[in-house]
Amino acid sequence: MSSAAPVAPAGDGAPAIAIRGLHKRYGATTAVDGLDLTVATGETLALLGPNGAGKTTTVECCEGYRRPDAGTVRVLGLDPRRDARRLRPRLGLMLQEGGVYPVARPAEVVRLFAAYHRDPLDPDELLERVGLADARGTRFRDLSGGQKQRLSLALAVVGRPEVLFLDEPTAGLDPAARRATWDHVRELRAAGVTVVLTTHLLDEAEELADRVAIIDRGRLVALGTPDELTHGARDELEFTAAAGLDRAGLGATIGAEVSEPRPGRYLVHAEATPTRIARLATWLEAADLRIGELKAGKRSLEDVFLRLTADASDPAPVAPASRRRVGRR
Amino acid sequence: MSATSPPDRRTPLLRAVLAQTGMELRLLVRSGESLLVTFGIPLGLLLFFSSVDVLPTGRRSAVDFLVPGVLAISTAATGLVAVAIQTAFERKYGVLKRLGGTPLPRSGFLAAKGLAVAALLLVQTALTLALAAGVLGWRPTGSLGAAVLVVLVGAMTHTAIGLLLAGSLRAEATLALSNALFLVLLVISGVSFDPSVLPDGLAAVGRVLPLGALGQALRIALDGAVPTTSLLVVAAWGAGAVALASRTFRWEP
Repeated sequence: MSSAAPVAPAGDGAPAIAIRGLHKRYGATTAVDGLDLTVATGETLALLGPNGAGKTTTVECCEGYRRPDAGTVRVLGLDPRRDARRLRPRLGLMLQEGGVYPVARPAEVVRLFAAYHRDPLDPDELLERVGLADARGTRFRDLSGGQKQRLSLALAVVGRPEVLFLDEPTAGLDPAARRATWDHVRELRAAGVTVVLTTHLLDEAEELADRVAIIDRGRLVALGTPDELTHGARDELEFTAAAGLDRAGLGATIGAEVSEPRPGRYLVHAEATPTRIARLATWLEAADLRIGELKAGKRSLEDVFLRLTADASDPAPVAPASRRRVGRR
Repeated sequence: MSATSPPDRRTPLLRAVLAQTGMELRLLVRSGESLLVTFGIPLGLLLFFSSVDVLPTGRRSAVDFLVPGVLAISTAATGLVAVAIQTAFERKYGVLKRLGGTPLPRSGFLAAKGLAVAALLLVQTALTLALAAGVLGWRPTGSLGAAVLVVLVGAMTHTAIGLLLAGSLRAEATLALSNALFLVLLVISGVSFDPSVLPDGLAAVGRVLPLGALGQALRIALDGAVPTTSLLVVAAWGAGAVALASRTFRWEP
């Protein structure tokens, strides 16, 4: 990269965000471990993962808060740290912590942030839009959690950003406020804004995102549209039964590989034909085992997520035989 | 998309810094604690000890002694105490981090802090002088312009020390330490009473500390002379604090 990299013009197919081989450690802890990710202009991408997966670190590398230990990050073709002055006016961000003066009032903070930009939104209309018109004169520390979140969103969008980073935008919101925030994000997407949101709410990812990136322990473990992820790459049959079954024996009977991503939850890696299901039932009957759930076809994003991130999100002891991680490449 | 040229997205720096200055000023005067330290203590000292002559003030009249001292105290109260505490809690609550993600550059942020301090001190200085001249019968003998200049140098130094604390210590530690420092400096710097009554050596130490040197510089300026040495001492403290703060200041909580 030359030191005077030109600004990538939007809309010519250049990605809004390009992350290549991103590594970031904090002391002995690896937060991000070789992440590659591209976000297209105008796309809404959800970064999904358990707590501590590296979502916030990844986003903070894009925002310029963190310097990557290795790898490159480009946002709108710019280096978030080196080109911060050119990039910041084009970004909007919402951090997990509010980051607002406790005794300041929403109206004056939105006006302040508007003054940082050449062509901001109208502060009063924006306050109306996020439902804070009645709270415009309330000190930040006296706002409810949901009002604080909505103010943070207003501060993120007041400068008409081209790329918007939302770190858990609906944490602490009641269902109605969450819907309102989702509507707002959809509106921004319709206006062509590129949105990266981190969340551990699966329905949020499913509702908003064009694509979902599942991150676990600093690595990308799955990437695709919500539809692709929930349909899976291959046919599968999933069932629950007692933990620690003889998977080799079962596999031989039904003619397919069987894995146990979590104790008592089994995946049959083959098409769910009636014959195979019948053989499975027969095998379980012979072993006098009761079946909990039996699922074939489309699975919920939650299933995908839990299977991909099983070890990290489930602190319960796992039998050594079932420690195998699924989906990790 | 149309073929119009991309919109100008450069940060309107002047507007941003002025808006930030306004915010900083409003926050400084919105906190009761901050007002008590920046206005209450210096003006209270001036009023009370000019009227009730119990403090040793040497061969000068109480008000003559107190005016330069109180101007120096105001400067330290604003920079070392009020700005330090406000900034420390801004850091703690993630405000500094959040501002770091806006187009306002850090230099613009620091400029706004400095302008807010300067504006506040202008009011403090005007009030102090008006109170002294209007109520307490004080008559200026030296140059007021020189005094204002000295106040500005002192403001930079004390604000730099305040930011040094705020950027490296926990907010609670900054709160405690800045108040403690202020109290100690108030006693040993020869700004509130004649330091010759202090134990040997303590007064000498107080004179080379920033508040003592600032008080001395103001006294000399108001007497009509040029306070070269003491002003250099104040500026040296400022340069040291800036150098240290620029290495140690942390923007994140």
